[in-house]
Amino acid sequence: MTSSPERWRMIGRATVTLLTAAALYEAMAQSGIFPAVLVPTLPKVAHTLLSLFSDGTMLRHAFYTLARVIFGFALAIAVGLPLGILMGRIRAVENFVLPLASALMPIPSLAWVPVFILWFGLGDTVAILIVFYAAMFPMLLNTWTGVRAVNPLWLRAAGAMGADENALFWKVIIPGASPFIITGLRQAFQRSWIAVVGAEMLAASDWGLGWIIFDAKEFLNADVMMASLAVIGGIGYAFERLVFGSLERVTVLRWGMVRAAKS
Amino acid sequence: MYREPRWRVIARNAFPFVVVVAIWEVLAHAGIFPARLFPPVETVIAAFVRLTVAGILPHHALDTVLRLSGGFMLAAIAGVAVGIAMGRWRLAEDVFLPLVSIGAPIPGLAYAPLFLLWFGLGNLSAVLLVGFVSAFPVIFNTWTGVKAVKEIWVRSAQAMGADNRRLFRHVILPGALPYILTGLRLGLAQAWRILVGVEMLAAVPWGLGWLIFGAREFLNTDVMLAGIAVIAIIGLALEKLAFQRIENFTIIRWGMMT
Repeated sequence: MTSSPERWRMIGRATVTLLTAAALYEAMAQSGIFPAVLVPTLPKVAHTLLSLFSDGTMLRHAFYTLARVIFGFALAIAVGLPLGILMGRIRAVENFVLPLASALMPIPSLAWVPVFILWFGLGDTVAILIVFYAAMFPMLLNTWTGVRAVNPLWLRAAGAMGADENALFWKVIIPGASPFIITGLRQAFQRSWIAVVGAEMLAASDWGLGWIIFDAKEFLNADVMMASLAVIGGIGYAFERLVFGSLERVTVLRWGMVRAAKS
Repeated sequence: MYREPRWRVIARNAFPFVVVVAIWEVLAHAGIFPARLFPPVETVIAAFVRLTVAGILPHHALDTVLRLSGGFMLAAIAGVAVGIAMGRWRLAEDVFLPLVSIGAPIPGLAYAPLFLLWFGLGNLSAVLLVGFVSAFPVIFNTWTGVKAVKEIWVRSAQAMGADNRRLFRHVILPGALPYILTGLRLGLAQAWRILVGVEMLAAVPWGLGWLIFGAREFLNTDVMLAGIAVIAIIGLALEKLAFQRIENFTIIRWGMMT
């Protein structure tokens, strides 16, 4: 555990740094060296952010983006998790899927955007599939590694104590692989969050946080861009800390698979 | 120990691709989808050969690789420098950590329109953006690495009379190197993942991302798939050649990792 004074000192220092950075930026924006549309002042950005929230457009953009991410991400889990487990358990599946996965993985998901646009038209399908592609490989490979990393001693012990296949799977393999699976979920989410923003920019679809940033460029609305950047960063951070952090607490930490980091 | 003969390994790895190509061929020739949108494999290979011979594909690939190296160089130099400073000096840590923690969780491409607005369409924006985005993992890992150097190594080096330069060169740098390499590797992967997207957005004259995106206008699916194949080859080469080599050469030789 971080001791309390140390923690307060860190928060204090961070506040000072951020305030200084904000002041420098503000001075630059006010000085008029750069055009005001390109470097909007902070009150202007805050005002834009507030007004986008109060008229509901920002919520709607965020809703569309989140819906796309969640669909694609769920699809990636639905495919990647079982396939990863099968790869870890059955040799033939591993031999078949691994070469394909290694060949497809180095292709950035955004490279598929133009192809998917041709195949599926502009819109949600493209964004969801791109998210799926981006999230699929971290999910698959981490699950596979996790299943293979389960201590063989545990498997034998469980077998010796009379666990059937079913019990072995749910009580030993899944908890044993869970730290890797959760890492996979985390990485998959980070990738999908990047992918969705790119896909929304390229496969323009009227709503979505990526789209609003890209659209703002046309009208030189740097304030809208920065406001949306803040929202994108905020949502990504919230997911990372709240969703995956608590998922970790209720599973692997409770099962004693990993310990919380010291200090 | 029994080792699988080489030809069997190759056959085993090739088999899935043969199956996928066969399915693709059947679908493409069945005429369910328009051939323009779903070209058979031989058309894609023909496009690949044609564009390679004409020098178009190599030119696109070269520009993409140059842009990647440019951006990555920026990230590597700035990232390692900032990371080491953060690991060594309290003040640098206090100043940079909050800024880096706020900047890092925002997906790289979200910055793209802002960079385009500030630095204009084209190469400058693309390189700067790739550098900016891939610097984050480098900074974080370098910082962690420097902090993870065993205190006892530092003290014993000092006790044996090492000055600051020698301490840095012979203790801190080798000690932090596994982390720094991990950071560089993650940074390069990150750079690679967004570069293609950036090329599509920044309207650069040459580049694989642009090639694929431009081909969309003319429904040249074969060109797109040929471009994606080149992207896959470069990506694999980056993974296999660039980093596994460096790792073998340095940390394993120094005995930091086995």
